[in-house]
Amino acid sequence: MSDITVDSREETPHAHHHHPFLQHHFEDLGQQHEASTLGMWVFVAQEILFFGGIFAAYAIYRTMYPEAWSAGAHHQNWFIGAVNTAVLIGSSLTMALAVWAAQTSRRMLTVWMLLATLILGSIFVGVKGYEYYDHIHHGLLPGQSFTYVHAENPALTPGIQLFMVFYFSMTGLHALHMIVGAGLLLWFMYRAWRGDFGPEYYAPVEIMGLYWHFVDIVWIFLFPLLYLSH
Amino acid sequence: MTSQTLHDVRFSEPPRTRNYLNVDYGVFSWLLTRDHKRIGILYLISVTTMFFVGGFFAFMMRLELLTPEGDLLTSDTYNKFFTLHGIVMIFFFLIPAIPGALGNFILPIMLGAKDLAFPRINLLSWYLYTIGAIFGVYVIVTGGVDTGWTFYTPFSTQYSNTKVFATTLGAFITGFSSILTGLNFIVTTHRMRAPGLTWFRLPLFVWSMYATSVIIMLATPVLAITLVLLMVERTLGVGIFDPTIGGDPVLYQHLFWFYSHPAVYIMILPAMAVISECVAAFTRKRVFGYTFVAYSSLAIAFLSFLVWAHHLFVAGISLYSAMIFSFASMLVAVPSAIKIFNWTATMYHASVSWQTPMLYVMGFIGLFTIGGVTGLFLGALGIDVHVHDTYFVVSHFHYIMVGGTVMAYLAGIHYWWPKITGRMYPEWWARLSALLVFVGFNLTFFPQFIVGYVGMPRRYHAYAPEFQVLNVLSTAGATVLAVGYLLPMIYLIWSLFYGRKAGSNPWGAVGLEWATTSPPPLENFHETPVVTWEAYDYPAFLKAMRETQHV
Repeated sequence: MSDITVDSREETPHAHHHHPFLQHHFEDLGQQHEASTLGMWVFVAQEILFFGGIFAAYAIYRTMYPEAWSAGAHHQNWFIGAVNTAVLIGSSLTMALAVWAAQTSRRMLTVWMLLATLILGSIFVGVKGYEYYDHIHHGLLPGQSFTYVHAENPALTPGIQLFMVFYFSMTGLHALHMIVGAGLLLWFMYRAWRGDFGPEYYAPVEIMGLYWHFVDIVWIFLFPLLYLSH
Repeated sequence: MTSQTLHDVRFSEPPRTRNYLNVDYGVFSWLLTRDHKRIGILYLISVTTMFFVGGFFAFMMRLELLTPEGDLLTSDTYNKFFTLHGIVMIFFFLIPAIPGALGNFILPIMLGAKDLAFPRINLLSWYLYTIGAIFGVYVIVTGGVDTGWTFYTPFSTQYSNTKVFATTLGAFITGFSSILTGLNFIVTTHRMRAPGLTWFRLPLFVWSMYATSVIIMLATPVLAITLVLLMVERTLGVGIFDPTIGGDPVLYQHLFWFYSHPAVYIMILPAMAVISECVAAFTRKRVFGYTFVAYSSLAIAFLSFLVWAHHLFVAGISLYSAMIFSFASMLVAVPSAIKIFNWTATMYHASVSWQTPMLYVMGFIGLFTIGGVTGLFLGALGIDVHVHDTYFVVSHFHYIMVGGTVMAYLAGIHYWWPKITGRMYPEWWARLSALLVFVGFNLTFFPQFIVGYVGMPRRYHAYAPEFQVLNVLSTAGATVLAVGYLLPMIYLIWSLFYGRKAGSNPWGAVGLEWATTSPPPLENFHETPVVTWEAYDYPAFLKAMRETQHV
């Protein structure tokens, strides 16, 4: 390496590199924060199109088979769904409080709020699992094990199976997003406990919040479409 | 501007020689790098490898089609070969090629940034690409897939007994690689521009890449969900495209083309990005109608979402919607033509220098125009029904994808090669290969227009004997084309060791990438650049360079 001339300026740390979480390619924390939030918004736009595809397909089939869709929705327990909706909205509240706590340097409050979000999210996924178990028990899992026959009007049965494909695909993808979110929550709980966040640097918690709220909003659409549209 | 100033720029030696290539050595300094330039190189190697994999299948098909009888490949093998050719070329070459290799390398430098906004996500995107490609290779070595690259249902979900699941999973994963690249480009363009670099001072490369990224972000997730639903259906045995429970296979085609038609623009807009830069560099002029060219990229991105059903004209959609989609398809010609006319107008009364990238640009303009105009034929309802599923269609999209995107990819590789490697490629050999590619391409694909128009269907390994002459011409052209593609592999690798050292600005071009050393230092610039010149303003740029001692 002796033939390489080294620019002395490259060896000196930049004057503004004082914050430990400022990445080298950003000028300051403000730019880094704006980049992170914009990144998450763009990612959420992508997610909307991802769910948009299946929502569009849902809308088309609902128009084609309104009776089957209504019969399918009757098989959902609206009460469990409503409770789960409340649980999820509660988790959005604790998530928002976690962002506020991180921003205002309330270290342990951030950890507790993230934990509350995680617990509420886990309750939601657990309840969802119970509902799946119940549907499978009643022979409503599409495919080989679909043994259900609609009592009053057997002609509706194929349409109900189609509805159940949507039900499992949509809620399954939603639950998958929740599980990814739960993993992120664990990581940010650790970081909050370590004391990483403060008024200057809380972007990770904030964009975690954006993601979490987005996943909640997806459910806000799924609940009426799958449970209430009789 | 005198030739003296250009001369100064061209031959001055870089003052500092520590750069992104020699700052660190070893396999892991590459495999775990977060430097956008090294990730660009990783992409360059991966996509070029996949290009030759896809090329192998194409060449085998051309050999089969030398004779009317299906004698070299069985019909089953032929089905797998055209499927694999399409999948490899589209998902693993055309879509990631220019954004992944050249965009990753050049875009942040053009913006005066030290890196993309999310370097780790950028590395993740290359790994996702690689995992997707491994699925592709796994499918190739374990028996292939025969659905055609479009995976149409119900064949793909119910009947095909080839590796559909692994292939679609690979395409799904690779889709997220391009989503992450698009996300990085959008955020970087918004948030990381150098001081003074306003939107209308941006190089047209950035505008085009931005428009590409918007399409990637809004279209690719729809493919992702479609492939998920396909995989669900193949796993469960029933699904939303399954007619036995009331599903509609045509819905699959709608969802698939809602991504896959915009994907055509994901492939061609980066090509146009490269062409704009090369035109400006080799005419020594600001691109004529800069604002129009910039906005036309966004117009293409917008219109690309309104034309998908022109792939379904014979799939049973209503005449009314077919007419609307036919009309919307015609509209895309307008922004495309704006670009072509403005590039041509830039060359008018300019002193054009005919280095290799410019030869590819000329090839691009001619071939893309032919591809675009035949696209209008296909957008017209009556003609589309007549030539549907013939070689006319095959030839049309190869004029766009190969005559357009691959030509631009080669133009861009040659144009930025001195910046990427610090070495010049051998000009004579490069010009020879550009000529071979042009001649070989036309010889391969022009006969296909004719043979398709007179009725030869695509996707069969045997054909009627009266089509043989044109098919022999096409296969001969493919041979020339193969030589034209292999030559650059040889002389570019040769130039890494023996090529003449390139100064920071060997072309005397305008742009922040030419304001830094070749190869660029780790953080791209020795000090953050301040942009005081308009896009492609030669005198102002060269003046600024002299003042800041960058030359």
